[in-house]
Amino acid sequence: MPKPDSLQGSLDLLVLKILSRRPGLHGYAIMSAIKDWSGDVLRADEGSLYPALHRIEEAGWLRAEWLAKDEGRRLRVYRLTPAGKKQLSDEESRWQIVTTAVNRVLRTV
Amino acid sequence: MSLWSRITNTFRGSRVDREIDEELGSHLAEGIREGRDPAEVRQAFGSALQIREASRDLRLIAWLESLRADVIFGWRQLMKRKVTSTAAILSLALAIGACTSAFRLIDALLLRPLPVADPGSLYVLLRNGIGFADGKPRTSDSYEYPLFRQMRAAVHGQAELIAAGYSDRVDLTYSTDLEVEQARRQNVSGWMFPSLGLRPALGRLLTANDDLTPGAHPVAVISYDYWRRRFAQDPNVIGRRLRLGNDLHQLFEIVGVASERFTGTEPGTVTDLFLPAMMNSMVENPGSAWLRIFVRLHPDAAPEPVRQRLAAVFRAWNEDRANGFTGGSKQFISRFLDQKLLLEPAAAGASGMQRDYRLALVALSVLVALVLLIASVNVANLMTAQAAARAREMALRLSIGAGRWRLVQLVLVESAWLAFLASAIGACFAWWAAPFVVGLVSSRDNPVHLILPADWRVMAFGVALALAVTFLFGLGPALRASAIQPASALKGGADPHARRRLMHALIAAQVAFCFVVQFVAGLFVTTFEKLANQPAGFSAERLLILDAISPRPALPVLWDQVADHLRSLPGVETVAMAGFPLLSGSSSNGFIAINGGPAEQGLVHFLNVSPGWLDAMKIVLTDGRDLRATDTYSGAAIVNATFAQRYFGGDHPVGKWFERLDPEGKRIRLQVVGLIPDARYQDLREPITPTIYVPFQSRTRTSFIIRTSSQNPLALGSILRPEVRRARPEFRVTNIRTQLEINQAQTVRERLLAMLAFFFSAVALLLAGIGLYGVLDYGVLQRQREIGIRVAIGAQAADIARRVTTQVFSMVAVGAAAGLALGMLSVRYIEALLYQVKATDAPVLATPALGIIAAALLAAAPAVARAVRIDPVAMLRAD
Repeated sequence: MPKPDSLQGSLDLLVLKILSRRPGLHGYAIMSAIKDWSGDVLRADEGSLYPALHRIEEAGWLRAEWLAKDEGRRLRVYRLTPAGKKQLSDEESRWQIVTTAVNRVLRTV
Repeated sequence: MSLWSRITNTFRGSRVDREIDEELGSHLAEGIREGRDPAEVRQAFGSALQIREASRDLRLIAWLESLRADVIFGWRQLMKRKVTSTAAILSLALAIGACTSAFRLIDALLLRPLPVADPGSLYVLLRNGIGFADGKPRTSDSYEYPLFRQMRAAVHGQAELIAAGYSDRVDLTYSTDLEVEQARRQNVSGWMFPSLGLRPALGRLLTANDDLTPGAHPVAVISYDYWRRRFAQDPNVIGRRLRLGNDLHQLFEIVGVASERFTGTEPGTVTDLFLPAMMNSMVENPGSAWLRIFVRLHPDAAPEPVRQRLAAVFRAWNEDRANGFTGGSKQFISRFLDQKLLLEPAAAGASGMQRDYRLALVALSVLVALVLLIASVNVANLMTAQAAARAREMALRLSIGAGRWRLVQLVLVESAWLAFLASAIGACFAWWAAPFVVGLVSSRDNPVHLILPADWRVMAFGVALALAVTFLFGLGPALRASAIQPASALKGGADPHARRRLMHALIAAQVAFCFVVQFVAGLFVTTFEKLANQPAGFSAERLLILDAISPRPALPVLWDQVADHLRSLPGVETVAMAGFPLLSGSSSNGFIAINGGPAEQGLVHFLNVSPGWLDAMKIVLTDGRDLRATDTYSGAAIVNATFAQRYFGGDHPVGKWFERLDPEGKRIRLQVVGLIPDARYQDLREPITPTIYVPFQSRTRTSFIIRTSSQNPLALGSILRPEVRRARPEFRVTNIRTQLEINQAQTVRERLLAMLAFFFSAVALLLAGIGLYGVLDYGVLQRQREIGIRVAIGAQAADIARRVTTQVFSMVAVGAAAGLALGMLSVRYIEALLYQVKATDAPVLATPALGIIAAALLAAAPAVARAVRIDPVAMLRAD
């Protein structure tokens, strides 16, 4: 039985959605955003966020760049690509279909 | 885009690592800045190394990266042992280069399709029969034009027939000052060009309309190569006129240049001038076979019905001609009628060089392939020995989680390095070697032009060969190395004999191949020696041949004037004349009758000679006298010993007479005035035929046979050339050669085979010796401890030596026996290339055996020396 904060395959959707609202976030900020915006319910596993980000980037939906900070520190920040925007709308509508269907099942049974 | 970024990331893996580390580091820093406990942040984050590996595999191509690592590792392995690697690469390079050269030659001569439309539908007509002179099966491809015309009409609608004359050298002049030059001429059907889908590079090509009436189409198309060589690609060449040497009335006009890649239908020869078939003086002559027939099948026609129709015409034609034979014997006529017509695919064209060199090239390529196998075995043994030395490294790799395929890849990549480097060097070698071989075959008198492009066919062969070689010597050791059991290997050795058993089997194979190469090379060398030392029956030394022509038949007395003039010049000892030089390939034959009887069986040869010819050729009369200036044709004749033996039963033939039956059935009475020993007439191999030397009649063509006082007769040639014209202004010299050149041309193929086979047999022996040395040395190295113990408990040096070598030497014996069997089997296929030598001749068998024994002993010496010098104290303490 997964924990209630499990993202259950919706991590890609959340990352894309967050970056469409707030472009140019780095990994830590994305993680914080998932936690804050879900009212502390959802938590991205800190370690597995990065392979996910890199996978989405390789798929061509995200574009990464290095942002210079103070003391020579650099942050890797992410933005949506046009393909990413399209992917977001696809995933959003699929999510709607799935949740509606699941709700319908919950209501009838 | 994404794939590209992954490929580029693969080649800068450390940078990808650094970036991932930096990003993960910044995550931790952000967490700490937020005021979280550093230990808690790290714990929540998990294993940074694991995350990095996961990310890394996403951002680059894992297999490509491991391949890249193996390539670098393999290169380092090679560089670690520079000497052995270099030896392996060079021996492989020589073998690969030789194989590639052989392929280039075979491809250029036999396989490469002509650059014409749909070469697959092109066939050539062959006729199989029994030779008149020797009774052996013989294939010919020459036909008469009137026969060609009938055949063409018979298959109209199913196939197009193309007449293509033999490409031959002609004398021609461009300017009016009668400066003679030579070019290769081919008379072809005018419709050949449109039928083959050829396009002109300049002007126009011949068409069917250029080939309608005998002698009425004085037009010529020149080849691109000739245009470049003779005219430096001058576009004004169109409209230039040329005169063919022998016939002052034939003035041709150049109308076009053929496309660059089309060099005629004869691989090995580049045609310079294409003339209409109708312009050949023999076009209406039913007795002159001067052309090949190409058959272009129409798309919906099957070959066999076409062949049958052609065969019917051929049979009828031959029956018709046989009715006119008054001179031939019954056997001759039945053989003549029994000829069988064949339709042979000819996508690669048809040429005499193909016929002469097909088998020789195939035999040579088998030899070089065997040398490649021998070299590969060496490398395989080297790789096996190295894999043994690296058994612990392999075991370690396996135990920390490398897959078996990964180890196979590691060893294969190393083999690929060897093969790749060897192929690169081999390609350079082949670049040089293939034209070099063509140069060996080509002579001044009979130049060979083989187009040897380095195109995708050659490239594909080279790549395929490199891959094949990689797997040949790499796969076995790779599989063996990867099958290692980590536990036993790390403990210090599984079954050490298993590896040696593989090596021993390979040694046996190597010796077998080596034996075959030695054996076949021995056969070729003996053939060449036998042929080259074949007594010609005359002396070729310091003989210069001047071929001269006159515009119209000239009486013997006019030719004598020229000979007299040449005789008066310094450096000239004797001058005589003949219709053609002996052994030049020309011949003239006919039938004779004795005592007014019917035609005798078998052909006899004729040669017109002048008085003094015997003297110039240093042929000594056995009986009778030389021809005299007062002798005329249809009077006196000199005969050779074979003639006297066959027709006069060895009796003194001088004073007896016989009759020559000419093609019209007339009988020409000849009296024998002299008898000479046999001299080679046309060929060094065939049995000597009865030969008759008769006085000259008036003629347009003569060879002056000049015995010079200089060791280099050719130098005198250029001085004598203008002197001929000074003596008779209308005579011209068309060719200058030496009798020695002509004699040597008889053995060009045999010399080539002997030379290359000898070279490769030496290479094979050297490689096999190195291979034996390597395996013996490795064996000693592996058994150091055992030998140390044996020495310590008192074993004698002889005992040690025997222990070290017995196994390997028994493998050598097995290999030699197998090689002997293989060699005996292979002789059947190369019989046509051999002369007066049999596979069972003792020297032919002994030479390879002795060579291999010597190589084995020599190879064993260092290993044995090392074994007996092992110091037991040092050896046992070291371990």
